[in-house]
Amino acid sequence: VALRKTFNNMQTVTLIPGDGIGPEISNAVMKIFEAANAPIEWEERNVTAIKGPGGKWMIPPDAKESMDRNKIGLKGPLKTPIAAGHPSMNLLLRKTFDLYANVRPCVSIEGYKTPYTDVNLVTIRENTEGEYSGIEHLIVDGVVQSIKLITEQASERIAEYAFEYARNNQRASVTAVHKANIMRMSDGLFLRKCREAAEKHKDVKFTEMYLDTVCLNMVQDPTQFDVLVMPNLYGDILSDLCAGLIGGLGVTPSGNIGANGVAIFESVHGTAPDIAGKDFANPTALLLSAVMMLRHMGLHSHGKKIETACFDTIRDKKVLTKDLGGNSKCSEFTEAICQKVRDMD
Amino acid sequence: MAVALKRSLAVLVKSLGGPKWWQQASRSVSISASLSRVESPPARADATFKVTMLPGDGVGPELMTAVKDVFKAGDVPVEFDEFHLSEVQNMASEDKLEELLSSMKNNKVAIKGKIHTPMEFKGELASYEMRLRRKLDLFANVVHVNSLPGYSTRHNNLDLVIIREQTEGEYSSLEHESVPGVIECLKIITRAKSRRIAKFAFDYATKKGRNKVTAVHKANIMKLGDGLFLQCCAEVAQLYPKIKYENIIIDNCCMQLVQNPYQFDVLVMPNLYGNIIDNLAAGLVGGAGVVPGESYSAEYAVFETGARHPFAQAVGRNIANPTAMLLSAANMLRHLNLEYHSHMVSDAVKRVIKQGKVRTRDLGGYCTTGDFVHAVVENLRHRPNY
Repeated sequence: VALRKTFNNMQTVTLIPGDGIGPEISNAVMKIFEAANAPIEWEERNVTAIKGPGGKWMIPPDAKESMDRNKIGLKGPLKTPIAAGHPSMNLLLRKTFDLYANVRPCVSIEGYKTPYTDVNLVTIRENTEGEYSGIEHLIVDGVVQSIKLITEQASERIAEYAFEYARNNQRASVTAVHKANIMRMSDGLFLRKCREAAEKHKDVKFTEMYLDTVCLNMVQDPTQFDVLVMPNLYGDILSDLCAGLIGGLGVTPSGNIGANGVAIFESVHGTAPDIAGKDFANPTALLLSAVMMLRHMGLHSHGKKIETACFDTIRDKKVLTKDLGGNSKCSEFTEAICQKVRDMD
Repeated sequence: MAVALKRSLAVLVKSLGGPKWWQQASRSVSISASLSRVESPPARADATFKVTMLPGDGVGPELMTAVKDVFKAGDVPVEFDEFHLSEVQNMASEDKLEELLSSMKNNKVAIKGKIHTPMEFKGELASYEMRLRRKLDLFANVVHVNSLPGYSTRHNNLDLVIIREQTEGEYSSLEHESVPGVIECLKIITRAKSRRIAKFAFDYATKKGRNKVTAVHKANIMKLGDGLFLQCCAEVAQLYPKIKYENIIIDNCCMQLVQNPYQFDVLVMPNLYGNIIDNLAAGLVGGAGVVPGESYSAEYAVFETGARHPFAQAVGRNIANPTAMLLSAANMLRHLNLEYHSHMVSDAVKRVIKQGKVRTRDLGGYCTTGDFVHAVVENLRHRPNY
C-alpha cells in the first residue's frame, strides 16, 4: 500500500461518514471522486464518543491516530443523542484537534434561484472561545450569568488566518465584524488584533464594520462583502445568514482549520433521520465541502472539474433531488454528476 | 402573583393608551378640524402636548428638523422641548443627563435620534444611550417592519413586529481583564426581566390582534442563560391561550428570515439578538431609513428609528431619508391619541413613497431630504376624510 501511495501520488484522507443520511452522501462523494480520477484514498473511521481512562469522554483512538497521520478529513453530519452524558460530537472534535477557524465560502449557485444573486463571500469565524465557552453560573435564583471570553492569543490566530486565506485565495479585502462600541474591552481586543494583523499584510484591504451594519447591508446588497472575520457568536449567526442567502444548509460547504495543519471539511446540515436510507438525500453540501478540501490540498484542477460538473447538473434542472425542486433520487443525481465528469475528460 | 400581573398589565395598558385627560383635549381638536375643513385652517388647540426632543448625533438633527417642518405645516398641536446631549461632540455631562431625565419624567413622551457611542474607552463602560435607557427603565424596544407600498424589495408585503429586551443581556457593560490578554464579558439574564418582556410581547400581540409570538434564543449552547429566557416565555405563553407560541434558534431564524420571512409574526428576544434581527429585518424592507421603532417603559415612551445608526457620513449632505423618523412621529401622535394628525402624517409619507417621483438616495432616487419633506408637506394639504 505504501508503495502504491508514492507511485500514484495518492493522498489519504480520513472519511467520517456520520449518521442518518451521512453514509449515503459519503458514498455519493466517493463515487464522484472515482469518476473524476482524483488521487484520493479514503480511510473510513467512526467517531462515536467513548469514555477514556480517567472518565473523560473522547473520540476513539484509531480515529484520532488516523486524523493525526493524514491531517485532512471529510465529515458527514453527526448526531448527538440527548442525555448521552457527553458533550456534542462537534464540540469534542473541535477540542481534540484544536479547530480554531471555521471557514464558509458562500457563492450563489447558478441553477438554484434565490432572491439574492451574485453572492460571493467567505465568513471566517473564531471557533474556540467567545460566547460559546460554556461558562455559565446561577448567581441567585432567577439571575443567570454567561461569560464571554476573548483572549489575545485566539484573536491573533484567527486574524492571521483570515489574512493568509485572503492572500492564498486571491481575495481583495477582509472586514472585521464586531460590536466594540458596546463591548468595549472584549471586542476592542479582538479589533486591535485584527488591526495589527492588517499592518502585517498590507496587500489585503482591511475594513471594520459593526455587526448591525453588516446585517443591514448584507440583506440589501451582499455583493459589497468579501472576506468577513469575527468572533464566535457573530460568526455563527452571520455564517448561517449567508447560507440562507444562497439557498440554505443543503448547499453550503464548510471547513474547519486546526492547529498543526489539521483540516476537517464537513457538511453543516443535520442528519435528517426521516429520510435516511431512502435515497432522497442531497449530496451537494458534502460534495462542495470535498471540493473545498481538494483546493486546500492544492488539487485545483480536480476541484474545478467536480465543482463545474455539480453546478452544470443543477443548472440543467433535469435531474434534481427533492430539496432542490426536482424529484430524482440521490443515486440518479450522483450518476448525472459522474456522467458529466467523465464527459469532461 | 395574579394580582401583581394584573397590576402590571393595567400599568402597561395605560402606557400604551396614553393618559386619560389627553383624550379630552384631542377630541376637541379633531371635531373642530373636521368642521372647519373647507373654509378656514383648523382651529388652534387649547392644549398643546409637550414632548421632549433629543436630536442626538449624525443625521439626527436633520431628521428632527424634518419632523418639526412637517408638524408645523400640518398644524400639529405638539411643542418640543429640545435637549442636546452628545458624547462625540463633547456635549455630555451628568447635569445635562439629569436635566433631560427630569424633562422626560414631566412630559412622559419623547422623540430622539441616536446618541453615538464613541469607540475609545473613556474610562466608563456604559454609554450615555445605555444609561438613559436604564434610568428610565425603557425595557422594551418595538420595531415595526412593514413593507412600503410602491417600493418593492426582494420580499414584499412584510408585516413583522420585533420586540427586544434592551436593559440587560449582553449589553450589561460588565467587562474585566482577569489575566493580561484574557477578557471576560458578562451576559446577565434575569427571570424578572425575561418575564416582563415576555408579558409585554404577549400583551402587545393581544392588543394589536396578532396571532403568533416566536421567541428567539440560543439555548442549545447557552443552556442556563437563554434557557431561563425560554422558560419564562413558555410560562407567560400559557396565560394567553389564544396566541400561538413558538421558539426558534437565532441562526436558523436569520436563515429563515432571508428565505421565507412570511412565517413570522411577532418576535421576542434578548438584547444582542434583537440588535441583529432589527437590522436584518430593516434591510429586508428597504434599510435603516424606512423602519420606525419605539421604546417603552411602564411609564414612558420614546419614539425613534428602528435601526439605530447615527449615519455620520451623511451629515450636512442633506441626503438622509426622513421616512423612518416621520413614521415614528406619526406613531407618537397616535400614542398621544391625536389619531387624526397621526393618520395625516403617515398617509402623506406613504403617498409620497407610492408615487415614486420623490425618493432619497437610499431608495434609489436623487432627491434631498429637503425635497422629500417638501413633498410630504404638499401631500398634507390633501387631508383624508376622517
